[in-house]
Amino acid sequence: MTATLPDESEANSNTANNAIDNGIEIGADGSVDEGVVSLLRRGLKATPELKEGFAATATIGLFVAIGRLVIPVIIQRSIDDGVVRSDDTDTVSVKMATIWANVAVAAVVVAAVAIASWINQRRLALRAEMGIANLRTSAFNRIHQFSLADHNESRRGALVSRVTSDPEALARFAQWGLFSWSINPLILLGVMIVLSLYSWQVMLIAVLAHLPALFVLRWMQKRQIVVYDEYRTSVGDMLSTFSESVSGAAAIRAYGVEDQTERGLHDSIAVRYRTRMRANRYMAGLFVIGDFFGALALVTVLVLALWQRETWGLSEGGLVACLILTNLMREPIAELSETFDQTQTAAAAWRKVLNVLDHPVDVVEPEPGIDLPPGPIEVVVENLSFGYRARTSDSDDGERTEPDDALDLALRDVTVTIPAGTNVAVVGETGSGKTTFAKLLCRLADPTSGSIRLNGVELAEASPASRIHSLRMVPQDGFLFDTSVAENVAYGSATDSTSRSEIQASFERLGLGWWTERLQNGLDTDVGERGESLSVGERQLVALARAQLVDPGLLVLDEATSAVDPETDQALTQALKRLAEGRTMVSVAHRLSTAEAADLVLVFDRGRLVEEGSHTDLVKAGGIYAGLHAAWLGNTRVNPRSP
Amino acid sequence: MSERSVLRRGMGLVRELVGLHPVPFAISVSGAVLFAGALVGASYVLGEVVDRVVAPTYRTGELAPNTLAWAAAAIVAVTVLRMIGVVFRRYFAGMTSERVQVTFRHRLTERYLGLPMSWHQRTPTGELLALSDADVEKSVDLLHPLPFSIGAACIAVLSLGYLLTIDPYITLVALAVFPALGLINNYYSKRIEEPAAAGQAAVGKVSSIAHESFEGALVVKTLGRSVAEGERFDRASQELRHHRVLVGYLRAVFEPVLDIIPSLGILAAVVVSGYRIEAGAMTVGNMITVTTLFSVLAFPVRVFGYFLETVPPSLVSRERLNRVFDETLPARQDGRGRRLPDGPLRLDIADMNFSYPVEASEISEQVLDKVSFSVEPGEVVALVGSTGVGKSTLCQLVAGLVPPDQGKIKIGGIDLEAIDPIERTDAIALVFQESFMFADSIAANIDVSNRATVGEIEHAADLAQVVSFVDEMPNRYDTLLGERGVNLSGGQRQRVALARALVRRPRLLILDDATSAVDPKVEQQILSRLGEELNTTTLVVAQRVATIMLADRVLYLADGTIVASGTHEELMGIEGYENLVRAYEEAS
Repeated sequence: MTATLPDESEANSNTANNAIDNGIEIGADGSVDEGVVSLLRRGLKATPELKEGFAATATIGLFVAIGRLVIPVIIQRSIDDGVVRSDDTDTVSVKMATIWANVAVAAVVVAAVAIASWINQRRLALRAEMGIANLRTSAFNRIHQFSLADHNESRRGALVSRVTSDPEALARFAQWGLFSWSINPLILLGVMIVLSLYSWQVMLIAVLAHLPALFVLRWMQKRQIVVYDEYRTSVGDMLSTFSESVSGAAAIRAYGVEDQTERGLHDSIAVRYRTRMRANRYMAGLFVIGDFFGALALVTVLVLALWQRETWGLSEGGLVACLILTNLMREPIAELSETFDQTQTAAAAWRKVLNVLDHPVDVVEPEPGIDLPPGPIEVVVENLSFGYRARTSDSDDGERTEPDDALDLALRDVTVTIPAGTNVAVVGETGSGKTTFAKLLCRLADPTSGSIRLNGVELAEASPASRIHSLRMVPQDGFLFDTSVAENVAYGSATDSTSRSEIQASFERLGLGWWTERLQNGLDTDVGERGESLSVGERQLVALARAQLVDPGLLVLDEATSAVDPETDQALTQALKRLAEGRTMVSVAHRLSTAEAADLVLVFDRGRLVEEGSHTDLVKAGGIYAGLHAAWLGNTRVNPRSP
Repeated sequence: MSERSVLRRGMGLVRELVGLHPVPFAISVSGAVLFAGALVGASYVLGEVVDRVVAPTYRTGELAPNTLAWAAAAIVAVTVLRMIGVVFRRYFAGMTSERVQVTFRHRLTERYLGLPMSWHQRTPTGELLALSDADVEKSVDLLHPLPFSIGAACIAVLSLGYLLTIDPYITLVALAVFPALGLINNYYSKRIEEPAAAGQAAVGKVSSIAHESFEGALVVKTLGRSVAEGERFDRASQELRHHRVLVGYLRAVFEPVLDIIPSLGILAAVVVSGYRIEAGAMTVGNMITVTTLFSVLAFPVRVFGYFLETVPPSLVSRERLNRVFDETLPARQDGRGRRLPDGPLRLDIADMNFSYPVEASEISEQVLDKVSFSVEPGEVVALVGSTGVGKSTLCQLVAGLVPPDQGKIKIGGIDLEAIDPIERTDAIALVFQESFMFADSIAANIDVSNRATVGEIEHAADLAQVVSFVDEMPNRYDTLLGERGVNLSGGQRQRVALARALVRRPRLLILDDATSAVDPKVEQQILSRLGEELNTTTLVVAQRVATIMLADRVLYLADGTIVASGTHEELMGIEGYENLVRAYEEAS
């Protein structure tokens, strides 16, 4: 269906049928295009709506295509039967009754074709849109099943594309290209059938004369793909240059580099222009190739048919009909060449969405799983290792990723026991593995090896519902949904009917009643996109209230790295202290004051747990932690001027 | 907006765009006219072939090779002309619109770079990017079908004229059929407008849910909300499907109707031709010509309809571009301003006010109110104040990025606005808290003006402690930033940004919380070396006590003005200052 346009236009009699039914044998030249076949097979499996009622659609389509050819036949019959030429006087007489009869039949056929075409287009529109909508939702659901390894910031744009621009490319195809593909090959087929009714020899000539177009078109399309790729890259480059000049406006002005930036912009604009014009060459050329070979076919048919008119049994009207029919092959071929680009884009988009659906689910939920008991949770971690899985190029979306070195584990062989009810601080430099450790505790990904047991229950065996209640993570950036504070808090509870008083109470219990009162509309205050109307610290307050609501046994907190204003910071510290009561709390600490207050400090370095103990013990021991602490002390304590 | 005024404004836009690049457009239109001629010519040739080649052959039983050769040549010639027409029309129509896009993007570039910082601050980044991308492209969309439309009009005129020479009655049939086609086409476009627009809106909704949901993936996951999110997305997705299906249904009705009308016209023409042939007014060949002309006549109607559809969106986008095009560029002062004295620069600020305009209202928010202070050449001054008090604004004012509402800023004793811009950016360096990295090598990010020696770059990198992490990179200073795999941490970016300032050997260095993400220990090393090695006046916004203590003097900014000035110890007596500094201490 994608790379096989020339074959189709060559009107290989059952291409369209076979392609959809069996997914085999698409090339007229006998070659099987594996990519297309497997794409169709996978695609139809994921989108059964497209298969449904296919036979009916195809039958009506064939009727429509043949119906369209009725006009040349009527003209032929009108000439042959309606116009009588007397040989001696060179005058013509016309049998109007015959013409009227022919025209009446034609009018009925034309009307029937219009109705059939209406029914078919309706069916196609409905099926295709249903298929796309369901594909979109399935992809969305699958993406939410991806583990955190696939949810990093650099991939987010690509993931959003899988449910937005890719299905949109399919929708555009469904609106134009799909109809072209559903009718034009059939029209070509119809032309061949009708032509062979007049003379199979003429049919053969018409087809053979078009054959060279195949190779030229295929070559041009291959070139076009390359050139188009260059064009798309140049557009991306240009846009990022523009983006730089806008987001870097302050830096550009502060350093007086406007002229250089302008040169860079002009260069990228020029490159985009050049690649676009190169692509346009193919765009302009592609459409006329079919035309040229169409003319060759017409001339060949004219000459050979006139010459062999008696042998092939062609009447004058029959020959005229052959000429018109050969001429009729031009349009479907041109239209299919036009659709090619769109088809290519749609196929690529389809493939990307299907790859999302075929992506393995990393975190498989137990059915039904063991419920975690309420109350504070004891965490036992044994020989825990974790490495971010290298993505294979197939399941990716065209972005290159270097496979991770097998040795490059984010966590290696971590063994630790966290008694129930302890307040633990995890410290270490960026990339030490402390955040990964926290995420594994919440089962945002499964360990590469080793185990995590919560109150004796293997984490992977814990039932999803009880896990959500018993484990809570307060993420670093405190992402909120674009709605009110109240709804964001309620978002945390499993039931959808959290009352306002419960929400308010949850803030009160954390000593944050004053904060909600200070908000412009209290609990109904809108938090804005990503919660950005609130500061990072305030977003974390909301996340804490959310956690308080479900009373988890293990709380995992990822401290904010960016500056939190002093007031909110105090509120956070207070609220956390209250929230931590009667629970196990693991904080990924970016500030050593958090570690100072913790019962147990875990120090991570390059994926390993290197130090473990209380703040005082660790400072005494004089290791990595002691070094960090000393640096911090020197930096914060207000001493008289010191070097 | 009435249809007439849309069309008039559309014509105005066409005049503007074509006026920018008339030559390729003229070539394109010539191509379209050639195409029109060749298309009608092809109908003529086909008719003539039937009359002069096919019919005589059957009548006489003799094949005349000469006539046949001429016929073949005529068919090929007409086709080749048509091909040339198509290629020229398409290629040069593309060239016109591409060149207009280049012109528009140059205009945008000029303004994005030339307009003052205050303009950027009140214009959302996303909007500026959309202008440079989608709006530029959409504003020229109506150029694509235009040459074809002009060619199509030629087709209509030529075909009708040709029909008239064949037979007046046949022409009447054509005049009855094709205007009807136009009316139906027009009605179709109108009917489809509403569901198409609703579909576009639904696409926006689907996309914003996807963005939000994936961005909050961690929250969705930890709260076990994937199913609920899936349902929310599915509702939007099904709504989109609903509108799309409506569009599809309308298309399913109208496309066959638009197809059937020329066919019915052809059948009518066959009947009329029958009578006219009997009357001796037409030949059989004429009948063939007429039927092909009828199928050609459907063209102009559809093409012109398509052109009309592109006009409103193009107008909207062009209008949007005016938001930038209408801004007048400030005159460039390069080389005309005053020069600064040598050595570290003195800074004097007197009675300076500054306010930000509040969105969609007449009032503006006062940020700085009667700020006055001086900094001696070579002095290191720390600026302390709580969040939102206007420290960053003050830094930008001193660097000349935004002008004050009132009051004077003097640098080296010279009014800031009188200083030559090149001199100003050379002498004053502002390092932002949010360090901006260009998608280029580390070396190019340090030496943005591209005039430092390798030695100078390395020295600046050494001072800013960039060396320590650059040495671990395989390509060292040639390492490209912004490429996958090489993501600098916040602190590393800040160090590169600092080196960028230092390599210029600034005589007034402004650090706007520029080391906030740098490890405290490293920050101390950097800042103390700066004091030793740099011959500059320094204004530093500080949030860490140790940083504050490196300064010769502290300015305490509260309620939009300088409340106190003195050493850290002196200021500790002031309640607000002490509380703030204690809070910083707690927070670090």
